[in-house]
Amino acid sequence: MDYIKAFIIGGAICILGQILIDKTKLTSARILVAFVVLGVFLGGIGLYQPLVDFAGAGASVPLPGFGNLLARGVMEEVDRMGFIGILTGGLRASAAGIMAAVLFSFVAALVFEPKAK
Amino acid sequence: MNMSKKEYGDMVKKASPNSKIVANCIKAFAVGGTICTFGQGLYALCGALGASRDMQGMLVAISLIFLAVLVTGLGKYDDLVKFAGAGAGVPITGFANAVAAPAIEFKKEGYIMGVGAKMFLIAGPVIVYGTLSSMIVGLIYYFVR
Repeated sequence: MDYIKAFIIGGAICILGQILIDKTKLTSARILVAFVVLGVFLGGIGLYQPLVDFAGAGASVPLPGFGNLLARGVMEEVDRMGFIGILTGGLRASAAGIMAAVLFSFVAALVFEPKAK
Repeated sequence: MNMSKKEYGDMVKKASPNSKIVANCIKAFAVGGTICTFGQGLYALCGALGASRDMQGMLVAISLIFLAVLVTGLGKYDDLVKFAGAGAGVPITGFANAVAAPAIEFKKEGYIMGVGAKMFLIAGPVIVYGTLSSMIVGLIYYFVR
């Protein structure tokens, strides 16, 4: 059942992105930014976490889930550190994902050659 | 049905934008859903190995990013994006692809301004606006909590 929920909710979020691409001609960079920012604000007002609790990876793997992680991180950090947490919380929460992408991409750039065009 | 080539062409034109969007959405749903379901499997695996809940989330993200970068390096993630559009772009794997693809492509411009700078071509804006909006959330939370 967890897998079906993950499939349906994750797929539905991707459909939303696809409709944006087809209907608005937004570039994919803008859609990625929009989805993360949307996730941050939905997370901030507490609307996204219930979706994560319901659909697991279906809600946390798409980019709004990354935004939700940032929002949760900044709120936890404000609880822990006070005002300075506003500055540190977002990056702290997303550090693992960003550094994994940077590290693996750097190694990939060392190992792989660009495709001939 | 009798119609000239031109009439047929007009009809195709009229019908195709929407049916194309529907087809795109089905492909996005299928591929995006599959990636998330795979992620769900990774959650279960990490849970079975005894990782805490926060740790599971991190391990799943790291694993998906690793796989997406590998597939990008092999030149195959592009094909997935061409086929599934947002289905491949919206999951965290799409973010990883957006970091790895320019890093590899701009290797020829050197490791500083090529790999180092171009890596953030799309990830940069995502991180900038993601973290800035997290600060807005943090600021509001600070005063209303």
